[in-house]
Amino acid sequence: MTLNANRIREDFPILKRKIYGKPLVYLDNAATTQKPRQVIRAINDYYENYNSNVHRAVHLLSQEATKAYDDAHEKVGNLIGAKIEEVAFTKNTTESLNMVASSLGQKLKKDDEIILTRMEHHSNMVPWQQAAKRTGAAIKYAEIDGNGELDMRQMRQLIGKKTKIIAFTHISNVLGTINPAKEIIAAAKEAGAITVVDAAQSVPHMLVDVKKLDCDFLAFSAHKMLGPTGIGVLYGKEEMLENMEPMLYGGDMISEASYEDAKWNELPWKFEAGTPNVAGAVGMAAAVEYLQKIGMQNIQEHEKKLTATAMKKLRQIEGLTIYGPEAPKRGGLVAFGMDGVHTHDVSALLDLQGIAVRGGHHCAMPLAKLLGINGSTRASFYIYNTPEEVDMLADALENVAARMRNPGK
Amino acid sequence: MKDPAEELYREEIMDHYQNPRNYGKMESPDIAYHDYNPVCGDEVEMQLKLEDGMVKEAMFTGKGCTISQAAASMLTGEVRGKGIKDAVAMTQSDMLKIIRINPGPVRVKCAMLALRALQKGIIQHEAAKAR
Repeated sequence: MTLNANRIREDFPILKRKIYGKPLVYLDNAATTQKPRQVIRAINDYYENYNSNVHRAVHLLSQEATKAYDDAHEKVGNLIGAKIEEVAFTKNTTESLNMVASSLGQKLKKDDEIILTRMEHHSNMVPWQQAAKRTGAAIKYAEIDGNGELDMRQMRQLIGKKTKIIAFTHISNVLGTINPAKEIIAAAKEAGAITVVDAAQSVPHMLVDVKKLDCDFLAFSAHKMLGPTGIGVLYGKEEMLENMEPMLYGGDMISEASYEDAKWNELPWKFEAGTPNVAGAVGMAAAVEYLQKIGMQNIQEHEKKLTATAMKKLRQIEGLTIYGPEAPKRGGLVAFGMDGVHTHDVSALLDLQGIAVRGGHHCAMPLAKLLGINGSTRASFYIYNTPEEVDMLADALENVAARMRNPGK
Repeated sequence: MKDPAEELYREEIMDHYQNPRNYGKMESPDIAYHDYNPVCGDEVEMQLKLEDGMVKEAMFTGKGCTISQAAASMLTGEVRGKGIKDAVAMTQSDMLKIIRINPGPVRVKCAMLALRALQKGIIQHEAAKAR
């Protein structure tokens, strides 16, 4: 079965919008995706029909809300091959990574080492820098080669007795590189290091099975996979989460409290202090259902085709440089630079033709510096994008190049 | 409907971007202030010569997007002969009147980079003098 993007588009009201009188071509999916009616409806349905707090009251509304909220954990767990105890809801990937970094950070000692890669998003870099500063641990970086792929030989050399944590992005949000997660995790295991996977760009686009990966932690956000903003996931192996201190304390995360002390609730609730984002959870569950119906493998296949077409077309544009590796080592995004034209001008001129892309450093400032650029323009694809839209992007980029080369026209 | 690309990238903006006015390094400026927008890497250095509390000469160097560089070019022409107090009092709306485009909430930072650099430079200069 292949994916029918034109059929899927019908589910997305926003895709009917006109931008400056032109049809919207939405290619900023690595930043956030659009939402189908099914997700919007599920959120509305919660607020209109069973809005209530969860895990507390015994009234019917609360029972329904609690069931929907708990089921959402199960559905999300099912997507990645995890048990409900291993799925804690957070605000987003960033919060999930901060939770792990601040909690694991407490156990670090001076001269312990954390390994990151040169292609991390700020959210999987800055929390570790802070943990290292607090404890005197050191951060080592796995290098990337000229293709934007990890230098695995060098990374293996970094891994040693002192390595306590290896945190890495599954798919780079700038280069599109699909990192060899299994290989990295296996190498980490040998050294007894804990592995943390930033899966913000992978879980929405491919089948990710945490048991097959054998990672200790994995983080992602709902809004990059058709779900609402404000809800994300921290997956952790049960024994890891058992041994991990919560970051927030308060209601619903305790099993017992006295004036002096408290005991923590069971997993995953120990990590979900306070009234949670119930509507978000309901929306995320609807998004997961929607994606599973299409099939994660079909989604990856669809994006692969679009990306291959985009790479081919963009290569034909004079003065355009594409960053990152070739397929099959690349996910569904293409970041590029145009000679002599600032990325803000490229993205603004595309916007004026109805095409939404992202320009800038994509929250990976050190990587931009390493590549020797101020930033790049990024087109990122999802289930509702079509080959025609890729053509429109290529044509629009030709226009941008012509305009910037011949000012005044 | 006017083509929005024609508005934002109208000829005057493109002209100032392609052929920036007062571009280059000034010899012994009274003020030289470099500013930078980390989000997009736009940068400008504003250089001023002062006389009797007025801007006598203004020049800039920099690199970045059309709007940031065109705004810097247009500003150097605009502030010549202005009192430094008046220059410091200039607002976002003053700057947008000079460049005569509406860059929108995201790129307004590009449009404001040169003015902010100029103002920071003057304020720093005055503070040093007062010490």
